[in-house]
This record gives sequence, structure tokens and C-alpha cells, in this order.
Amino acid sequence: MESPIHPNHLQQPLPQPDGSAHIEDERSKVMFGFTIFLLSESIIFVSFFVTLIALKLTAHQWLPPGVSGPEITTPVIINTVVLLSSSIVIYFAERALERNHLGKFRLLWLTTSAMGAYFLVGEIKEWLGLNFGVSTGLVGATFYLLTGFHGLHVTAGIILQMIMLARSFIPGNYNHGRYGVSAVSLFWHFVDAIWIFVFSLLYLWQAT
Amino acid sequence: MTNNPIEGIASAHESEHIEQETGWQRYFFSTDHKVIGIQYLVTTFIFFLIAGLFSMVMRGELVTPESDIVDRPLYNGLFTMHGTMMIFLWIIPTQVGLANYLVPLMIGARDMAFPLLNEIAYWIIPFAGLLLLSSFLLPSGTAQAGWWSYPPVSLQNPSGHVFNGELFWILGIALLGISSIMGGVNFVTTIVKMRAPGMTYFRMPIFVWTVLSAQLLQLFCLPALTGAAILLFLELTLGAPLFNPFKEGSPILYQHLFWFYSHPAVYVMVLPAFGVFSEVIPAFSRKPLFGYRSVALASFGIAIVSTLVWVHHMFASGTPGWMRMLFMLTTMLVAVPTGVKVFAWAATIWNGKLHLQTPMLFALAGVVMFVFAGITGVMLGSTAFDLHVNNTYFVVGHFHYVVYNTITMAIFAAIYYWFPKITGRMYAEGWGKLHFWLTFIGANLTFFPMHPLGLQGMVRRISSYDPQYQSWNIVASIGSFLLGMATLPFIINMVGSTLQGRKVSDNPWHATGLEWTTSSPPPVENFEEIPVVTSAPYGYGKSKAPSPGATDRE
Repeated sequence: MESPIHPNHLQQPLPQPDGSAHIEDERSKVMFGFTIFLLSESIIFVSFFVTLIALKLTAHQWLPPGVSGPEITTPVIINTVVLLSSSIVIYFAERALERNHLGKFRLLWLTTSAMGAYFLVGEIKEWLGLNFGVSTGLVGATFYLLTGFHGLHVTAGIILQMIMLARSFIPGNYNHGRYGVSAVSLFWHFVDAIWIFVFSLLYLWQAT
Repeated sequence: MTNNPIEGIASAHESEHIEQETGWQRYFFSTDHKVIGIQYLVTTFIFFLIAGLFSMVMRGELVTPESDIVDRPLYNGLFTMHGTMMIFLWIIPTQVGLANYLVPLMIGARDMAFPLLNEIAYWIIPFAGLLLLSSFLLPSGTAQAGWWSYPPVSLQNPSGHVFNGELFWILGIALLGISSIMGGVNFVTTIVKMRAPGMTYFRMPIFVWTVLSAQLLQLFCLPALTGAAILLFLELTLGAPLFNPFKEGSPILYQHLFWFYSHPAVYVMVLPAFGVFSEVIPAFSRKPLFGYRSVALASFGIAIVSTLVWVHHMFASGTPGWMRMLFMLTTMLVAVPTGVKVFAWAATIWNGKLHLQTPMLFALAGVVMFVFAGITGVMLGSTAFDLHVNNTYFVVGHFHYVVYNTITMAIFAAIYYWFPKITGRMYAEGWGKLHFWLTFIGANLTFFPMHPLGLQGMVRRISSYDPQYQSWNIVASIGSFLLGMATLPFIINMVGSTLQGRKVSDNPWHATGLEWTTSSPPPVENFEEIPVVTSAPYGYGKSKAPSPGATDRE
């Protein structure tokens, strides 16, 4: 009977001489790893959503006396539109890089970050104008929990975008693929998608 | 041997990023999965000894019914830190260490998918451990609410300090959670993406299957605990009234979030132990593992069912009747895939030619004691019985039969079994057997008496008790000191054999599996050439390879 293992025989697909098979390998590893990381990260948000829903459904007094809760004001709508449309901008930035239009990539990429920063500033302004704090009843606790944790992700996304932007100036940076940019772009879509849930649960669903 | 031109390209590429550190730096800044695996094992063993000392202090306290050796806040701190450290700094990371060492070797990869991430994940462990331990020095003392840290108890903060033990506990848990998520991403990517040619899923050793299912649980359940820790943090430091029942908050909500992770965490801990049994038992029975496919799929079955049982920890938390009934049923369902595994091990041993060396002794004892733990587990799964023994020593006895008498036995089995692979030397069999018998007797002396104590009604987590319980408590305390002593022959054996043990061949057990095809210890990139796998694992009794002691039972 044959020995089960033949260490001297290789049956891998032939890598291309320029090493592109290796790059493809790296890319698929990084994107796979990053995707399962985001799925894992989303469970934290799910646990917060469950917390909010459970408390909102069962609390006898969701809004403490004299507190009206978060309201859909014009700045909140503008903020939401800006954040969600930045997902489109970053998509075109990534496309530009795929076609090696480096200048266009940098411009669109920076626009995305600026839109993210606009969102953050708008959110902080909103926080400062509210008549409740984190310890003001369940409405305050859950509002600052969700907007704060989401805001941290927006901040992280902007920092990652800055790193990718800086790296785009390194000569030959994209010779080994551009999965860093792809991963950051995926992260940004994730952050935007989470906002849809946060917005729906905090603003659209008004407790009676 | 065909000298493959592809190899030239591959190895030329690899050599770019092999900059192996030499000397002492190798043990601090290496990204080699094998070095990191050993770092995990050594670090977590030190935490195991510290947390074990805590339990010996507690057992010393419990020799007499009065509270005499330590005061009550310190006793609370000791059982809190004992539980927290044993779970998050011993059992989980030790098996991560084993998996770190073994998984790339077992699937024929050169390293983990993300070596740098691997190194960072490791370095969080000692840092978080020291953070937790440093809370003994705080004016407030350590966290005192037990390892599950239920509010409102955990949020009382009697000392009034901002930097209190509970805060350190929360930070420690959050950090360890980050480390585990990094590990989870790394393991799942490695196993899915980096298997050698021919290594299909159904040719992977069971240990790899169990690591994959355990790490998937980490990825998709652990964030709930991280979320719960963030919520605790908000309430403790900023006063967000999420869990405060006097301000509309819900303490039960915390229990749901906590157990949504911490029940599957039991399977994160026990699945790799099952993997170790599935490797060791065939090797020392000289027979293929019985029912390989069923055992492999049972790992996933256990992982899936284990995410649907968490409320059985909350039968006494005002849980509505329909929920109790539902979760009682799902809990008992776990016994089916675990039963599949136990029968597979029994059938593997059946008619095998047993070699009772130390790893096999630990594995056999682990399986036997796991059956006992499983039986008390099903008993506890029944709501009526659970309510009767809720919060008593019966529960403590049950889960120590899981975490010590099953999982820790498996960890020792694994360390002895792969010791020649890791060091290229053989451990001392006499010392190993001494370690086994002391551990086996000590563990049963310590944890068996907890069952009658619980049935009689002795409540857990108290430093003084009714004098009628004293006799069984003395037995348990003697057992725990024996258990403490049992680590000494292990340490002597490990240190002595690493330095001066008899040098052995690459495959002293004549075991199957890719990890045994490379040299012992393996070279930096594991294999001279990436192997190609053409058959299922556990080909014992079929190979023509010389294997003294193996029987050809065709």
C-alpha cells in the first residue's frame, strides 16, 4: 500500500513568473480575513441593537420627564445623506485606482474622508445641542452608546483612509496589489450600512 | 524525486521575508507560529499556576466552617480572579497556543495567514493578565462579582474609586476579547485558505476541525461579551443606567449578552480538547479513528447547537416557563453530537493494541471523566433539577469536571504527545506517569466531593459554611493541595527533558499526520517542500512504514 503522503510531488497551479499568483493569494487571504473580521465586529453592533430594542420595548418610562429624545432635524438628514453618499464616492475612488488614475483616486479618496469628517463634526454639534446626557435615562444611554460607537468606527475609517492616502505616494506601492485600499473601502461601506440601522432605531423609531 | 522548477520560485519568494531573529530575540519578536505557540503555552501555564494558588488559598479557607484565613472581600476577589484567569488566561489561550503550533503543521502550511497579527494577539495576553493581577494592588481591591460580573453587584463599586477592580476587570476582558478575535480571524483564514494541495476538508485531522469550529464560535459569539463589557463600562464610569433596575435598566439583559458568549465559550474550550483526544487515542490504540466523518461533523454540530442553549444558565433568573422548556430541550440536544464523539473514541479503543504511555493515560482519563461531567451536565440541563441545585457546589463540581478533569487533562495529554515534536527530545516517562496519577487522584478528590456538597445544599462563593458540610470540604481541600503538588513533577519533567531529554527520531510515536512528516523540531518554514496529501488521516494499521508496536490487523 502506498504511503499516504507524497512530499516530493507538487500539484499546485503554476504561479506566473511575475508572482501574480502569489499576489492573488495574498489578496484573497486578506480580503477573506477582513470580511470575517467585519462580520465579527457587526455582532457587537447587533448586541447593542438587541439591547436597545429590548429596553425600548419593555421600559415603562423610555423618556424621562422633560426629555424629548433624538429628533430628525435638517442637520441630521444632511449628515445622513453625506455619510451614505460617501460610499458612492469611495466606490469610484477604488475604480479610479483600478484603472491606474492615481490623481483621480487621491481626489475622490480625500473627498470621502472629508465627507466622513463632516459627518463627525455634525454629530458632535448635535450632541452638544441635546437636552439629555448619557446618564439621562435609557434614551440617553442608548443614544450615546450607539452614536458614539458608530462615530468611533467613522473615526477609525478616516484614519485608515489617511494611511492609505499616504501610502499611495510611495513609489511602487501598488506593485504587490492594492488590497489595503479594497479592505478600507469595504470597511467604509460597512460603517455606512451600520448607520442605516442606527438611524432607523434611534430616529425613525420614536417611542410613544 | 522530481526537482520541481516551481519550488525555485516559491522558495525564492519566501526567502524575502524570512528574517529570523537569533538568540533571545527569537523568543520575543518572532512571528514564527511555532515560537508564538510556545510563548502562549509558557505564559498561560504561569497564569495557571497563579490562579491555581488562588484556589489553594480558598480551599485552605474552606477547611474550617469559619471564615479565618482571608477576609470576605479578599475571598470574593480570589474566586473572581481564579475563575477569570483560569478561563481567559489558561484554558482558552493555552489551546490557542497548541493550535498555533499545530494547525499550520497539520494542514501543510508554512505559517499562519497573518504572522504579525498573530504576534500582536499573543502579546496582549501577558499584558491583560498583568493588568488583571495588578488590581490586587488597587485601594479598591480586585473585582469581586465573580467571573460573570453580574450587575447590579458588579456595579456597586463600594470603594468609590474611579480606578477600581471592576474597571480593570472590564478592561482586561475587553483586551483579551480583542486578542481572541485576532486569533479567530487568523485561524479561520489559515484553515480555509492555506491548506496544502490535496488537503480537503475531509482529510483534515479532527484537531483542525475542532479548532475551526471553536474559532468560528469565538468570531461570532465573543463580540457579545465585548459588547456587554462596553455596556458595563458605560454604566460603571459614566452612569448610563442600562442595567440598573431602579432606573428602568435590565440586569437580565446583561445575563443574556454574557451567556450568549460564555456558554459557547465552554465549547471553545472543550472542542480543541476533543480534538486532542481524537489525535492521541488512535495513535496509542494503533487503529484509525472510528467514524471520522461523524466526528468531524459532530464538531460543527456541537458548535451550532451550543449557540442555542445559553438560557440554561438563567433558569433561576425569572425566565418564563416556555423559555425554560425550550432551552432545556436544546441543552439536552448537545448530548447527541458529544455522544457521537465519545462512542467514536470508545470504538477506536475497542480491540486496539493499547499503549499506555502518559499522553494516552491523560486522554483516557479525560474521556472517562468527561462522561461523568456530561451526565451531571444533562442533569443540570433539566430545569427542575437545576432550580434545586442552583448556585450550589453541584454546579461548581460539574463544570470543574469539564474544565479541569476533561480539558486540562487533554491539554496535558497534548503537551506530552507533541513534546517530542516541539523539542526533538523525549520527556521522562516515569515523571509523566507520576504527574498523571497525582493529577488524576487529586482532581477527583477535589471535585467529586462538590457534588454531594451541592446536593446537600452548600452554596458556592462563601468563605464560611454550616459545620455539617465540613468533612467533604476537608476531602476537597486535601485533593486541591495534591493537585497543586502534581504540577511539580510536570515542571521538573518539562524543564529537565527540554534541556537533557533523550533525543528521538522525527516521529517517535509512529503517528500519522503531516506534522510528523517534517523534522523535530520543525524548520522555520515547517516543510522542505509543501506536501501533497492523497488520503484521509488516521491511516493506522494500514501503513507499511515500520511501526514497532503497531499491529497489522488486516
